[in-house]
Amino acid sequence: MRRPESWGRYPSIKPENIKAVHWRNDLTDLQQIDKTVLPYGLGRSYGDSCRNEDGILLDTSNLNRFIYFDEHTGLIRCEAGVSLAEILEVVVPRGWFVPVTPGTKYVTVGGAIANDVHGKNHHRNGTFGCHVTCFELLRSDGQRLFCSPEQNRDFFRATIGGLGLTGVILWAEFHLKPIQNSFIDVEEIRFSNLDEFFEITAQSDQDFEYTVSWVDCLAKGKNLGRGVFMRGNNNPSKYLTSAASNMMLPISVPLDAPEFLLNNLTMKAFNTTFYYAHYKKVRYKTVPYDPYFYPLDFLDRWNKLYGKRGFLQYQFVVPFDNNNYAIREVLSRIANSGGGSFLAVLKAFGKVESPGMLSFPRPGVTLALDFAYHGEKTLKMLEEFDQIVFESGGAIYPAKDARMSAASFERSFPKWQEFQQYIDPKFSSSFWRRVTDPLKGAD
Amino acid sequence: MFMTKVLIVGATSAIAHETAKLMAKDGAELFLVGRTADKLQAVQDDLKARGAKRVESLVLDINDFSRHQELVDKALQSLGGLDTVLIAHGTLPDQRAIEQDVAATILEFNNNCTSAISLLTILANYFEKQKRGVIGVISSVAGDRGRQSNYVYGAAKGGLNVFLQGLRNRLAASRVAVVTIKPGFVDTPMTAHLKKGPLFASAEKVGGDVYKAMKKGQNVLYTPWFWQGIMLIIKSVPEAIFKKLKL
Repeated sequence: MRRPESWGRYPSIKPENIKAVHWRNDLTDLQQIDKTVLPYGLGRSYGDSCRNEDGILLDTSNLNRFIYFDEHTGLIRCEAGVSLAEILEVVVPRGWFVPVTPGTKYVTVGGAIANDVHGKNHHRNGTFGCHVTCFELLRSDGQRLFCSPEQNRDFFRATIGGLGLTGVILWAEFHLKPIQNSFIDVEEIRFSNLDEFFEITAQSDQDFEYTVSWVDCLAKGKNLGRGVFMRGNNNPSKYLTSAASNMMLPISVPLDAPEFLLNNLTMKAFNTTFYYAHYKKVRYKTVPYDPYFYPLDFLDRWNKLYGKRGFLQYQFVVPFDNNNYAIREVLSRIANSGGGSFLAVLKAFGKVESPGMLSFPRPGVTLALDFAYHGEKTLKMLEEFDQIVFESGGAIYPAKDARMSAASFERSFPKWQEFQQYIDPKFSSSFWRRVTDPLKGAD
Repeated sequence: MFMTKVLIVGATSAIAHETAKLMAKDGAELFLVGRTADKLQAVQDDLKARGAKRVESLVLDINDFSRHQELVDKALQSLGGLDTVLIAHGTLPDQRAIEQDVAATILEFNNNCTSAISLLTILANYFEKQKRGVIGVISSVAGDRGRQSNYVYGAAKGGLNVFLQGLRNRLAASRVAVVTIKPGFVDTPMTAHLKKGPLFASAEKVGGDVYKAMKKGQNVLYTPWFWQGIMLIIKSVPEAIFKKLKL
C-alpha cells in the first residue's frame, strides 16, 4: 500500500488505512465500514483536503480505464482515476488536448472535478468542471447517480468542486479541445511592476488562449511585482507533428532535501536570475506542451526539495479593483519579511462561471505562493494575509490550503451550507472537519 | 516479432492489461478472454479507446477445458488468424488453507498450470503449422524452487515452466517464440492482501517488460530484472540447508 501524503506534506497526519478500488463495481460495502471515507487519487492537493485522519482513504488510482474516446467529436469518457498525463498520451497524437489543465498533469480526472481545477486558459474557458458533460456518482447507500446539467443537477453542481465529499466519482465524460499539433507559441514579456502586469493582462486576454505570470516576490519598492508574463496559443500549423509527450523520463527527487536547501539566499538567486534571464523585453518561442504547461513535472516529487518540514501553498483570488490593494499588500509584506516564496504565480481569472457550488475561481486576480513551513511564524503570516484578502472581498483555494480558519472558509465560500446537504454522510476529510466543525457550534 | 492479431487469456489481469495497452497503442487487433463479463467489458472499452484496431471478447471460465477448442476457433475466426498469444490467467492461493484441502489444491493446479497446458496444446499445433508467431505465458519466480510458504502455486508454475521449455524446444524449428515470463512481486489485485515491500513492482512496469520481451521473442524473462539474481541465489542453496530455512 502506498503511504498517503498530500503534496505539501503539511500538516503531518498519521497514515490512514487505504482501501484500494480496482473496478467500478468494487465498492459494494461502503455502508459496512465503521469509519468515514474519502476518495484519494494521486495526492496532488497540497494541504489536508485529500486526507482523512482516523478514517479510510479509497484509493481510486487503479480506476484508470478509458470507456470511450470519439476522435471525431473529442468527447471522452473515462474512469475517475485516469490521470491527465495518461489522457494526453492517448489523445494528443490524435489531435486533441485536455480542455483545462492545472500546472501538473499528474492529477486524476476525479481530482480535477472534485477541486474544479483551473489553468492558464481560465480567462477564456473557465474551470475543468465547465467542460464536464456527465459523471456517475456512487453514494455510500449503494445508489449510483448519473449526474449531468439535466439529471441530478444538484449533485452535479455539488460534486464539481465538492472536494470528494459527495460520494465517489466512478467515471466522467468531458469535451476535449482540438489542436493542430502539440506545440505552443509562447511570448514572454518582462514587466517591471504590477501596473505593467495589469496592462499586459488587459491586452492579452482577447488574443491569447493561455496567460500566466511569474512574479519575483523578493523585489521591493518600485520593482514591486516585477516578473515575466507568459502568454501563448496553440500553434496552428498543420505541418508540425503531434507527439504524445516530449518529456524525458522525469528525474526523481529520491530523498528529503536538507531544509537549508531552499533558503532566502537560493530563493533570491533563483528569482533574480529568472528575471534577468529575460533580458529582452519580449521573447518569442515555440515549445512542446510539456515544458509550457508542466515545467515542474520534469522533476518528479519536487515537493521533497522542501525537506521533511513540508511546505504550504497559499492561493487566493481578489476581484479586480482600482489599485489592486490586496496583491500589492501581500507582495510587499513578503518582500519586506525577506522570507519569500520560491515560486509566485499571478493570473487573471475570467468571467466564465463554473457549475460548481464550491468552485474557487471567480472574476479577478489570483496569486499562488509557496512557503516552507517555519512553524507559528508561517501560520501567523498567512493569517494576516487572510485579513487582507477578505478586506478586498477575496477567497482562499481549499485544494492548496492546510491552515485556513473556519471563519476564513465561510468568507471564501458563503454557499457552504447549501453545499453541505449534498455531502454523503459516510464521507469526510481532515480539511472539511477543520473548516466546518467550529461553524457547527456545539456538535 | 509482429504482434498484430493477439489472443489474450486472462485479459482482466493487471499485467495482461498493461501489456495489452502497449499493443493497442500499436493498433493491434485483440481477442480477449476472461471470466467476469463486466470486468472484461471495462478492459475491452479501454483498449479500444487507446487505439486498438479491433477488440473482441469471450467470457469463459478457463477451467472449462471442454471449451478450449471453441475459444481458439472463435479467436481465429474473429481476427482472421493469430500471430500472438498471451496467457495471463492465474490465482494465488492461501498455502496454509489449501494444505487441508485436496480439492482446492487440485483446483489451484488447474488454474495455474493444467488449463494453460490444455490451451497451449491446441495453440501449439496452429502455430507450428503457421511457422511464425510468439506465445507469451505468465508464470512466476515461485516456480523456480519449492518453498513451504507457497509450494502449491510454485509447483504449478514450475510444471508450467518445464512444459514451456519443452514447447520452446519443439517450436524453435517452426520459428515460433515461446516466452516464459517470470514476474516477482507485482502490485495487483491478486496481491492486494499482501504487505507491500520494496521488492514490489507496478503492473505497468512489468507489462512494459512483457511487451518488450515478446516483441524480441526472448526465451525467459525475469521481471523486474533483479529477480534473475535473486532466484539464482535461491536456486543455488544446497537442499540440506534450504529445507531448514523458513522461506
